[in-house]
Amino acid sequence: MTERLAVKKTYKLYIGGKFPRSESGRSYPVADAQGEFLANAAWASRKDARDAVAAARKAFPGWSGATAYNRGQVLYRVAEVMEGRRAQFVDEVAAGEGLSRSKAERAVDESIDRWVWYAGWSDKIAQVVGSSNPVAGPYFDFSVPEPTGVVAVLAPQSSSLLGLVSVVAPVLVGGNTAVVTSSYERPLPAITLSEVLATSDVPGGVVNILTGRVGDTAPSLAAHMDVNAIDLAGAAHDHGNATQLELAAAENLKRVIRAPEAEPDWAAQPGLNRITSFLETKTVWHPVGT
Amino acid sequence: MAKFEYAPAPESRAIVDIKSSYGLFIDGEFADPAGGGAFKSVNPATEEVLADIAEAAEADVDRAVAAARKAYTQTWSRLSGRDRGKYLFRIARLVQERSRELAVLESIDNGKPIRESRDVDIPLVAAHFFYYAGWADKLEYAGLSGASSGSPRPFGVAAQVIPWNFPLLMLAWKIAPALATGNTVVLKPAETTSLTALLFAEICQQAELPPGVVNIITGAGETGRLLVEHPDVDKVAFTGSTEVGKAIARSVAGTTKKATLELGGKAANIIFDDAPVDQAIEGIVNGIFFNQGHVCCAGSRLLVQESVYDDVLTSLKRRLGTLRVGDPLDKNTDVGAINSAEQLARIRELSDVGEAEGAERWSSPCDLPDRGFWFAPTVFTSVTQAHRIAREEIFGPVLSVLTFRTPAEAVEKANNTPYGLSAGVWTDKGSRILWMSQQLRAGVVWANTFNRFDPTSPFGGYKESGYGREGGRHGLAAYLRTEDPA
Repeated sequence: MTERLAVKKTYKLYIGGKFPRSESGRSYPVADAQGEFLANAAWASRKDARDAVAAARKAFPGWSGATAYNRGQVLYRVAEVMEGRRAQFVDEVAAGEGLSRSKAERAVDESIDRWVWYAGWSDKIAQVVGSSNPVAGPYFDFSVPEPTGVVAVLAPQSSSLLGLVSVVAPVLVGGNTAVVTSSYERPLPAITLSEVLATSDVPGGVVNILTGRVGDTAPSLAAHMDVNAIDLAGAAHDHGNATQLELAAAENLKRVIRAPEAEPDWAAQPGLNRITSFLETKTVWHPVGT
Repeated sequence: MAKFEYAPAPESRAIVDIKSSYGLFIDGEFADPAGGGAFKSVNPATEEVLADIAEAAEADVDRAVAAARKAYTQTWSRLSGRDRGKYLFRIARLVQERSRELAVLESIDNGKPIRESRDVDIPLVAAHFFYYAGWADKLEYAGLSGASSGSPRPFGVAAQVIPWNFPLLMLAWKIAPALATGNTVVLKPAETTSLTALLFAEICQQAELPPGVVNIITGAGETGRLLVEHPDVDKVAFTGSTEVGKAIARSVAGTTKKATLELGGKAANIIFDDAPVDQAIEGIVNGIFFNQGHVCCAGSRLLVQESVYDDVLTSLKRRLGTLRVGDPLDKNTDVGAINSAEQLARIRELSDVGEAEGAERWSSPCDLPDRGFWFAPTVFTSVTQAHRIAREEIFGPVLSVLTFRTPAEAVEKANNTPYGLSAGVWTDKGSRILWMSQQLRAGVVWANTFNRFDPTSPFGGYKESGYGREGGRHGLAAYLRTEDPA
């Protein structure tokens, strides 16, 4: 009996709910931590980045307009679907990050739980950061958080799944849509996550994932006038590049989360900063009278 | 409708004592600038020179930042929140006690009507200090520190640069939250309106505020740039133009400085056909002619539902005909002087462009004084979204009128701008107010009112109108490090 010939997957980008190849036609080989070939991944171009921004913008009204309850359900669903693919994520994290099986399992479990944690924030964040304002006059005055818009997210380079989830989930929970650049050397968990997102009620375009060199796409995203904010987490260790991206982001006053000097411990309990950095406070006044 | 004839009712200038020259306020003392440079501050209503104001050079900025650093490490950061609060309460009380003096000086230096500086600006200044005074010993309740950490920490030295439209009020918006949270400050007022900031420095002395906690350095854009770019500054807060705001965002790139920016606007004021017309007219007037239109959140784009366009325009012009333009110190004055010759030139230029691009210009018939900087309240009709007067911030008493048919069209036109500071909605329908407030991409939405401000109410922009909030609990976040493990 002959051994079954495996069906190899073509790894593609995730834009607007679809899985296109890079318009550039380029791909690059991905190796495991020992340098053994794993797969070819799509090598996103500037044009792919712009397409992803257009898709994210198109998805913004629907996602930001969804009820908080609904967004929470959708994000919880991501955790459910990830749980079903747990073994695949463990394989990819272990291979890509060179972790032991048990450490990879812990990273995957924490990633799934992180979706659960953020999912629960969807209908609570407005109560925690919003307010009723006791103005000195006959007015009803209240402040509510609203999503900033389209957020470019440079996902961490080292922590290919837990780091990725830790920067994407907080963007989504507030109602933003995202264009994400994955880890260059370890893109497979991001690609698998895109398949999870595509099958878990997250509307197409809400998350768009680009694999490839961050240096090819990040400058376009940082300078893009229809991107409202950028998380530079993936530019840790590269102060010069992070500064260039922050300079470009100033052109339309993007909200910026700066790159840390080194990648933080993503297993630590997150605070609210990553949610609130991509929320705007809107204050509404109305007279009170008979 | 004819204007009522009122006898002039000028507020007395006797209460203010303007010196012939002013130094810099550094480390609790007034000092001459290192370079000896100075510029003149002019009364915009008369072009009379009021005083010579010191121009801070690089060495002065260094000294001011060093004084703020020393005060931060040696005094202010060691003080309890309760004592910080008590200093702020003292300041609030002194502002109230000297409110007449501050109001008169503000009107003389800025050109705004005394009614406004007396009834709006100065009371809000005192209210801001009262509000943030109370926060100083309650910061751990503000919900800004992480779940595991204790009281949130200040940044250290804050560089603050403010505009000329609400000189003392913008100072209060900057200094009150900065001090309450435990930062020390170096503040630069706008070069055309330094006087109330320098009087405020005296108030700091009267309050026995420890030296160096508040430093006030005067000068133009270059002084501001030196201050913002100073390496020993931890936090930058700026209110002013979007252009300068972007330059500041670039200047802090790659540093650990945190910036909050409150920038320009081109707010839509939207009038639906069921709006209470008389109130809406007052709201339109208040929206764009309050403070001569020198308001970043001014309702400079009027969007009128087509079916009531004629009625609204007729009523609006009639109302504008009754506005009294003139002596800022006259208690009957509604519209005062344009703040500077430069600003007047800009308003004239953009208004000329409006005409050249095909919009129809109408100006309120009023006699303008011979001296000083004046611009009659002006309304442009037949304006399209492509016109520069519908896109660019004029920062003057100039209103551009556009029309719409449906709520969706109103939203689309209102949001069709890179700015997002404020918006107004006038309608009797409650559900529509709430729907519109959700749809408008702006930091402040005034429904059936306009240009209301309060220290408890967060204020700030979306998009290119800047980031960060001033006022309320949210305003504390601009001056505190938020713990962020990941």
